[in-house]
Amino acid sequence: MVSQSKSLTFQELILKLQTFWAQRGCVLQQPYDVEVGAGTMAPETFLRVLGNQPYKVAYLQPSRRPADGRYGENPNRLFKHTQLQVILKPPPENVQELYLESLGAIGIDLRQHDIKFEEDNWESPTLGAWGIGWQVMLDGLEITQFTYFQQCGGVDLLPISAELTYGLERIAAFLQDVDSIYDIVWARDPETGHPTTYGEVRLAEELQFSVYNFEAADVPKTWRHFEVYEAECRALLDRYAELTKAKPQVPAAEKERFPLLAAYDLCLKCSHLFNILDARGAISVTERVGVIARVRALAVGIAKAYLQQQAGQSESAGEEEPAAPVKTVKTGRGKKEPAQVG
Amino acid sequence: MPDFLLEIGCEEIPARLIEAGSLELRERVGKLLERERLAPKGAIAFLDTPRRLAVLASGIPAAQPDVTEQITGPSLAVAYKDGQPTAAAHAFAKKAGVEVSQLEKASTPKGEYLSAKVTKKGRAASEILAELLPKEIQSIYWPKNMYWRKSSERFVRPVRWLVALLDAEVIPLEFDGIRAGNNSRGHRILADGAVQIPSAGTSYVDAVAAAKVLGRGERQQQIRKALDVATRAIPGARWREDKALLDTVVNLTEFPSVILGNFDPQFLELPEEVLVTVMRDHQKYFAVEDASGKLAPHFLAVLNTDADREGTIRHGNERVLRARFNDARFFWQTDQKQSLRDRLDLLKHVTFQKELGSYYDKTIRTQRLASWLSETVKQAGFAIRPGIVHKAACLAKTDLTTELVKEFTELQGIVGGLYARVQVLDEHMNDDVRQGISTAIYDHYKPQSMDDSVPRTVEGAVLSIADKADSIAGMFALGLIPSGSKDPFGLRRQANGIVKTIAEHKLPVQLGALMQDARIRYHGSDAEKQFSPNLSFEEAVRAFFRERLEFYLRDARGFAYDVVNAVLAAGSDDVVDAVARAEAVTKVRPSADFESISVAFKRTKNILRQAIEAGKEIAQAVDSALLKESAERALAEQVPQTAKRVESLRVDRNYEAALLEIAKLRPAIDYFFDKVMVMVEDARLRANRLALLQTLLKEFSTIADFSEIVTEGK
Repeated sequence: MVSQSKSLTFQELILKLQTFWAQRGCVLQQPYDVEVGAGTMAPETFLRVLGNQPYKVAYLQPSRRPADGRYGENPNRLFKHTQLQVILKPPPENVQELYLESLGAIGIDLRQHDIKFEEDNWESPTLGAWGIGWQVMLDGLEITQFTYFQQCGGVDLLPISAELTYGLERIAAFLQDVDSIYDIVWARDPETGHPTTYGEVRLAEELQFSVYNFEAADVPKTWRHFEVYEAECRALLDRYAELTKAKPQVPAAEKERFPLLAAYDLCLKCSHLFNILDARGAISVTERVGVIARVRALAVGIAKAYLQQQAGQSESAGEEEPAAPVKTVKTGRGKKEPAQVG
Repeated sequence: MPDFLLEIGCEEIPARLIEAGSLELRERVGKLLERERLAPKGAIAFLDTPRRLAVLASGIPAAQPDVTEQITGPSLAVAYKDGQPTAAAHAFAKKAGVEVSQLEKASTPKGEYLSAKVTKKGRAASEILAELLPKEIQSIYWPKNMYWRKSSERFVRPVRWLVALLDAEVIPLEFDGIRAGNNSRGHRILADGAVQIPSAGTSYVDAVAAAKVLGRGERQQQIRKALDVATRAIPGARWREDKALLDTVVNLTEFPSVILGNFDPQFLELPEEVLVTVMRDHQKYFAVEDASGKLAPHFLAVLNTDADREGTIRHGNERVLRARFNDARFFWQTDQKQSLRDRLDLLKHVTFQKELGSYYDKTIRTQRLASWLSETVKQAGFAIRPGIVHKAACLAKTDLTTELVKEFTELQGIVGGLYARVQVLDEHMNDDVRQGISTAIYDHYKPQSMDDSVPRTVEGAVLSIADKADSIAGMFALGLIPSGSKDPFGLRRQANGIVKTIAEHKLPVQLGALMQDARIRYHGSDAEKQFSPNLSFEEAVRAFFRERLEFYLRDARGFAYDVVNAVLAAGSDDVVDAVARAEAVTKVRPSADFESISVAFKRTKNILRQAIEAGKEIAQAVDSALLKESAERALAEQVPQTAKRVESLRVDRNYEAALLEIAKLRPAIDYFFDKVMVMVEDARLRANRLALLQTLLKEFSTIADFSEIVTEGK
């Protein structure tokens, strides 16, 4: 059993994992500052996995799922949980071994534990993304989602990326042997040993956002926000399409400065607003499928445009690399994401 | 004769796919060896775990045997001119690899030709395997595969190492960028690092066993034994046998052990169904029961490691289960704040199917269909308690809005049943009715498979049938008809469920009428606007259910296929009736009379078919004045009498007696075919005799089409 005083605090856990992956060549990025439902949706994953440029990145990502809020009353569920996201593009041959080493880095001696990789394929219809992988089980607890991305934004990936998503609250509660997330020691004062708990840091946020998402969010206004962001995103995509259609070809610099990254932020806004409307119970049966399709259309449109923009920047005399063929997403045993976009 | 070994080392293969993948690899290797004349002396063995698929063949030829064959060349006329070999003869000798003087002559029906004996040297096994195995590995079917390097290289999970040996010699094969060698790997945690395989054969099994990797059978034994041992710590307790779960954990481990964990007995307040589902489906734990069969506050977890030395693993698993149970309890309590009755309206926001609308719409349709069905069944004399079917249909889907079902979807129906048992459904309702409603809802997804039991009560059966019929009718009307391996909505399973439920409750339900009524419930709905216009609903549904009934009779009830064909040819609308007819035919079938009748009916059918094909006239009715021969008069006299008796027995569903009655026609029929020529020149006589045969066939094919029965000598 892990004794409470020796085990890592929440922030030490984060620091250890970040250090581990930094030492293995990852860029340490900051959490993305637009609301997302999962680390996958941050541009460091969604956009970086497209195209052929190798990349290694690790970042913390607070992930908001309005429908999962429980007013801070449920010891295991959160509106906003913290993921540590690692993208390895392309995945090294020993990616599983590297992952297991990272568990050693946070004090988990695998000889004292039971570890299993159990099939769990991931799919996000809204992002036109799916992958093959596992949930990593440690003594019966799912601590990480391990996915080999196959498709993103409706585009087949080459090279593929490995995505490791650590559920930090779960891991911390496990390491500290506490039954409630809110009892996790977030930080400990090095001088006095005084602990600050997860509850002290975050409980009010869980309560208030649950109230907002389930009760207070103004439905017509939220719809309007959705529509405004969508229209802005659409307009940008349309302009990009016109620009690239123009003859004679526009100068490369013109394409390069086009704000597709901003368009993606707008798409993320839509996704989050959809989640709020969904939590609010404001989306009817008939609307739901249609709204998801609208967000998906934006995400897929951006992915394709982004690929094209990247290709334009490659050194080969403006010659465009043909985009990978777009296929429809094949559904499989996807991770269930009933009320979430993302 | 070297031993052969192939081991594909992989990242963790999904537990559900290992056995089929392993079997296919073994079959492919077996066929390849056979095809290439490298068949092993001994058997083909295997070893599979989440991280490897291995195939072993003992004693294969080191090389293909040489083959000698005789090849034919040009004709002698071309090969020799003035006794001297021509250019053609030289060319042939060169091709055959022999001297011109060694060429032979061969006489064929077409004349004399040159011929030569050619010996083809067999290729080395190593060379052939290196060339052909990669294709076989690549061809293994995986329901879901992936690529990790190039998109053309696909497998179920990334391949990380390959061992390919003929005895100790490495076969130089390459697959997806991995070159085969003699290094395998052991258990991830217990024996990490490379494991050198000295040689193919048993030394492979020994080498991996030393690295804590066991074959499937051994793992299963080890788990069973460990489950027994761990359970012994609790006096009188037993672990609950669960074949599917055992298969799963066997395929999740390379070296298994078992721990016994405990949970707070307070959780036993929750229904057993919920606790067992959490343990089995979410945690892959075996449940433990006490001597009386009641769930005990313990669980058994199968580990992929050798021991839990410090108790950390047990502690961790108990912690997770506690959280899961707390969640379940929290959901249970939250759900009680809103009764099922009050949840009906929420179903308007739950999609049943994109085109078919919400679960609310489905509820309304199912309720009407169930009421109609209930009335039909009641009129046939079944005891249906009032007030149950209608109410149960109304509440059946409301549990989809509960937190418990959202979390544990596999408990749909069961949760509704459990809630109906503890909630006030109606102030004036008596307990019997409440119990009836609860049971009907609880069972209404049953049977989930051909092995699953049907709903326990008639009311539950009616609800279950109505619910499934509504889904099938809607999907068919949309044109979403299952074909081949495509059945995304599980309609075959649902139709199987309907057939089995009708058969086992012996319900007087006509499938055609049921589906027609289910279709009518969509009248005037938005869904109907999407319905496929160019589809014969009736025909499609009839063919679909006929197949399901055939499957039920053959696979679930074990009737012979020809009996099933014969019975279904005489009607497939009434399940209970079809079962009764199949039973009767099976019983009388072995008798000599019946066998002979079957032969005669086949003959009758053939004569009529040929007559129709040849455009010969068949009289409307038998004219007794035209019956010339005594044999045809005898038959014509006996047919109506027998037909009358058969018909009255048939109406009483006394099929066996009816069939025996038909069998009595044998002497008359045999006599007829013996003495009477049907296809005579005289058109009037012929038409009359054909009419007699047609009557015979028509009158006596209402129970089964005997011409379908396979007889000896055919």
